[in-house]
Amino acid sequence: MRETKLWTWHIFTGIVILVLLGIHMITMHLDGILGWFNPAGGEAIDWANIVARAKLLIIAILYIVLLAAALYHGLYGFRTILFELGPRQGIQKFINVLFWILGICLFVFGTWAALKFYIIAHAG
Amino acid sequence: MTRKLQKETDITFHIRRYNPDVDDKPHWQKFIVHVEPGMTVLDGLHQIRETQDASLSMRYSCRMGVCGSCGMLLNGRPALACNTQIFDIASKALTVASLPNFDIVKDLVPDLTPLFSKHISTYPYIVRDDADEMLNPTGEFFQSPDELTEYLQFTYCIKCGLCMAACPTMATDPNYLGPQPLAQSYRYTKDTRDDGFNLRKKVVGGSHGAFRCHYAGECSNVCPKGVDPARAIQLMKRELVLDYLKLRKHRTKSAILGKPEGVKRRPEIPEAPCFTKE
Repeated sequence: MRETKLWTWHIFTGIVILVLLGIHMITMHLDGILGWFNPAGGEAIDWANIVARAKLLIIAILYIVLLAAALYHGLYGFRTILFELGPRQGIQKFINVLFWILGICLFVFGTWAALKFYIIAHAG
Repeated sequence: MTRKLQKETDITFHIRRYNPDVDDKPHWQKFIVHVEPGMTVLDGLHQIRETQDASLSMRYSCRMGVCGSCGMLLNGRPALACNTQIFDIASKALTVASLPNFDIVKDLVPDLTPLFSKHISTYPYIVRDDADEMLNPTGEFFQSPDELTEYLQFTYCIKCGLCMAACPTMATDPNYLGPQPLAQSYRYTKDTRDDGFNLRKKVVGGSHGAFRCHYAGECSNVCPKGVDPARAIQLMKRELVLDYLKLRKHRTKSAILGKPEGVKRRPEIPEAPCFTKE
């Protein structure tokens, strides 16, 4: 049943990525039409808009959620590809442990970066 | 479909031979076979055995695509030798080999033991909670035509092993259950008379189970009976995910219909035999 659990989360994180990347695309490329998260007007990559977005807590939270979803989804997919090569049981266990450690480390680092971005925007 | 009119001709059969008692590895051997319209690959192989080399080994039985014994790799594609017209796949040369993803017993005979052991591991039979009813039935289990339709196509499986031979995941993971056992686990899971999902999900939801399938779909392409194992595997995944999310519908158990009344067994029909297993 463990594989069922992992697969279900793989599907769930895929949907989360789809939604959050959709928001990203709308913010970045439909700025002239919808103007989401672009309070200063103009281009989405204008400095004033970047700083304004960085000050929003919801943006920091969305970054962290996207990071978690992308890490899980990507590492699970990579694990599937590696398992396809037919490694021994011991190596499969090693890959599982390695990917959990790698995923958690990258998540902690990414979360720290997202929060730092938010804090600096507020301070400056 | 209109079939092209073919004239009788000589076709070269390239057959992969292997005798584990003599050979280190398989090798190819050529035979020229005089082919007439209407001849199947199995007919051609019989001709070789009768006129050229009696030591050629192959497995066959019904000769009509029902028993699933004569599965072989014909021109690189798994197919039943008895069900394949030579002129449909070859005009000058034809390669014949044992099914891939299985060990070779001899020449064109694959060792299907892993297929059957994996098949058995998925509880491919009706599992009931009420063992008493199974042992001492008081009537028949009701099933509507719609309920039957949900799994009917998967009952046509003849266990020939072609789907297992065509599966790319089987080629990389010999412990992968494979399309045939997974499709059969779905067939019994969807049967309204069955209560065995909780047993099966431990096997098919395991590390070599349904989630290893990449949906290449080759299993469904080569099935000689029109079964769609790739679909069954995806539907089985859905059952497993819904069960994990506690969203799987609890269906109503098949009602037990009373035995028919007012009819007598005809005297020429013998009594059913006693149970051979307690």
